[in-house]
Order: sequence, then structure tokens, then C-alpha cells
Amino acid sequence: MSDIASRVKAIIVDKLGVDESEVTPEASFTNDLGADSLDTVELIMEFEKEFNIAIPDDQAENIGTVGDAIAYIEENAK
Amino acid sequence: MELKRVVVTGLGAITPLGNSVETYWENLIKGVSGAGPITRFDATNFKTKFACEVKDFDPTEYLDRKEVRKMDLFAQYAMGAAEQAIQDSGLNLETLDPDEAGVIWGAGIGGIITFMDEVKAYVEGNGTPRFSPFFIPKMISDIAAGHISMKYGFRGPNYATVSACASSSHAIADAFNHIRMGKAKVFITGGSEAAINEAGVGGFNSMQAMSTFNEDPSRASRPFDKERDGFVIGEGGGALILEEYEHALARGAKIYCEVAGAGMTADAHHLTAPHPDGLGAAKVMQATLKDGNIDMKDVDYINVHGTATPRGDIAEILAIEKVFGDHAFELNISATKSMTGHLLGAAGAIESIAAILAINNGIVPPTINHNTPDPEINSKLNLTLNKAQERKVKVALSNTFGFGGHNASVAFKAIE
Repeated sequence: MSDIASRVKAIIVDKLGVDESEVTPEASFTNDLGADSLDTVELIMEFEKEFNIAIPDDQAENIGTVGDAIAYIEENAK
Repeated sequence: MELKRVVVTGLGAITPLGNSVETYWENLIKGVSGAGPITRFDATNFKTKFACEVKDFDPTEYLDRKEVRKMDLFAQYAMGAAEQAIQDSGLNLETLDPDEAGVIWGAGIGGIITFMDEVKAYVEGNGTPRFSPFFIPKMISDIAAGHISMKYGFRGPNYATVSACASSSHAIADAFNHIRMGKAKVFITGGSEAAINEAGVGGFNSMQAMSTFNEDPSRASRPFDKERDGFVIGEGGGALILEEYEHALARGAKIYCEVAGAGMTADAHHLTAPHPDGLGAAKVMQATLKDGNIDMKDVDYINVHGTATPRGDIAEILAIEKVFGDHAFELNISATKSMTGHLLGAAGAIESIAAILAINNGIVPPTINHNTPDPEINSKLNLTLNKAQERKVKVALSNTFGFGGHNASVAFKAIE
């Protein structure tokens, strides 16, 4: 597992209070991990802080799963 | 319209004297102080370096970790106290009609810890706003009432009362009135506060409202003492289950006492100072007695607002003498803030609990830390100094007054 993937997962486990085993690439934040709209906003902000990137709102809307988040950050993190 | 009778059927408390009703009461009647050096932040440069903090509170006893993160400490205290009260009441949430159950919760300030942390992070940042999406819903004063309703599915009237240090008394009075008028059968009511942070302590310090007796924190809160020098800030929450009497009888509930009456007035005088003659305080006690059609001779105990500010204590005492005349010398008066500190918006809730338990146990908790009589206070008054007193209590009053001149008083009566 890449460094980015493990850091992304750690944030999700912390913020959503879920078990690490649930945080699979296919897992949807809202459908599988119990996030509501505010949780999702918070997650995006945490990713921005952790990886020192800015995720525009129109891009953030496309990040619905753990895998989406990892892929986006791997592509955009400096 | 005939008014319904309203009774108290459940209690919950998270206080500087203990995180359950039992420990709170035990320490109240033992005369224990909840004060100590501030541990929540570095108070080195603050005029006041002590407070009555809640100790060993573990929110995960009441909430899962994810919920805890979304709540300011004041709301966590609310959830703890409410859960205790629900458990204590024995209410069956499966059979209770959720449309007949409401929540009215007082908080004088709300999420000041959250507010300060979020604003501080912004100011110290690079100008990019990174406010948490939970910033506003953690901070707003009404959110505790919302959280409680979501946990228990109560769909009846739901809101917060905000009247500074009278907030939770207004909450109890409102819940009482709603049930009396047949608007609902059950309420979770009370209040909570968590303002022991730099902003809370610094702000009250600037008002010269708080004791600066740093030499001996446990002796700092000295209502009625000649040397009193202000209140000691406290924190925590108190919850009461108010229930329509017939509803409580039908389910065989344990009944602590009846809510006999409630009153609300304003001083219409000054931002923070009480009316010097205790005008609003007198009027609110009169209004309460009238509301409940209470014979003042039946009042055995007044849990006073008594914060230990030089002027506030005098004004309240003058008001009691004015309202009760000679009976003022017959009843017990005590300021339990001498032990708990001042829980601000939660004061009315935990002090109502003290009044209720005085009725139930036949013991009046004391005003501790009294050493030097104040010549301005009539020595014939029984201020329940330093030691609890056994006394059969038929009616007990709980007074609270808030900055802005808000006064609220609630009367509790032994069940007949």
C-alpha cells in the first residue's frame, strides 16, 4: 500500500470512526462508511491539509469512494 | 382550561462535585468544594487561576467516538446528563408517544470552546478559511436540544432557552408550562455549560465578576461572607424529566416531587448589575408563589442564586425579606454555588436538582466557606452556614438571575 493510501485511510478511520477493515478502495463514504454531507466536507478538508493541496468543489464532488480519494491525491499531491 | 399537574420523574447530573446524581448529592450535603487549579489551559497570566471543573468525564460512556467529535463539550455534558435522567425515569422509549415528548435545554453561552479554537486556527493560518463544517453546529446554543431529540426520537417541542445564568431555569419553566397546557406529556429539560477556557475565564475576569482568591481555591466561593469577591466559574449539566402527573401514575413511575410553579421577570435596570433593592428578584419569587398558588409559609427552602458577588447576594437577600416578611427567618436559605461554583446556564438545572433532593431527603445542603458575617445581611436569616441541616421540606424554590437582568424561579413541592 502506498504511503498516500495509508495516510488517506488513517484520516478516514479517525474522522468517520470506522474500522480499518471497512476502508476498502471501493467503499463509498456515504453509502458504506456512514458519512453525511458534513462528514464528507470535513474529509476533503483533512485531505487538503494533510497533503497540502486545494481540491476545488467541482472536483470534490467526484470523490465518492476511498479509491477516488487516493487516486485524486496521487495525481495532484506535490 | 384546567391545567395539568406536572411531576419530576428522572434526574441526571454531570457536575464539579461528581458525574452522577448520587455523587453530586453526597458531596453537596458533605459540604465539599469542587474548586481547584485550572487544568484546561495555562492560566498563569490570568487573574483567576482556578475553577470548578468537571473531573474524569468520559463522553464515550454516553456517545460513540464519532459523535463526540461533532459536539462541543457543553453538548457532551448535555448528552451525559440526559441519558442519566432517561435511565433514572424508567421511561419506555418503545411505548412512549414521540410526538408527546419534547426537549427544552438551556445554555447561557453554548460552544465557546469550539468558537475560540476555530477562530484561533483561522487567525493563525494563512488567511485561507478552513473552518470545520461542524464549527457552527458544534457552537450554537440550541444544538444540545437537537442532539437529545435525535438520540431519543422526541418529536415534540424542541428548542433552547438563552438567558445567561437563568437559562436552564427558563427551560424548566417552559417545559413545565407546555405540559401544564397539555402540549406534551414528557420533557427532557435542564441545561449545560462548558466555558472554562481562555475566552470564558478572561472575559468574566475583565468584568470583575469572578473571585481572584487564588491562595485557596476551595475557599474562594463565599456567598454571604463579608469577604466574598465574586463567583467561581463552574461547568457541567443537569437534566430533569418532567412528566404529566397522570402519565407518570399510569406507568407506575417513581415520582420525586411536583413542579408547583414558575415565574419569570426582568430587572430592566443594568447590563450586569442587579437592581440594588432586588426588585426583579422579589417580583420573580412573588410571581412563582402566585403562579403555583403557594402559601409562602409552606416554603421551607430557597436555593438562592447566591453567586458570591458583593452586590448580587445583598439584592437577593433583600428580595427574600421583602417577599417573605417574618417567614424569611423561618426558612432555610442556601447557596450551593459555594460548592459547585457557578455553572452559568446550567446553574438552574443542577440547583433545581439540589432543591428536589432536599425535599426528598429532608436535608438542606449548606452554604460553605462562611467565616465572616456581613453586617449588611440580617443575622436572623438561616443561611444554612457550613453544615447541612435536617429539615422537612414541603416547598423549595430555586432562584436564578442572568446578565441582562433576566430572573427565573421554579418551585418544587413534595408530592401529596
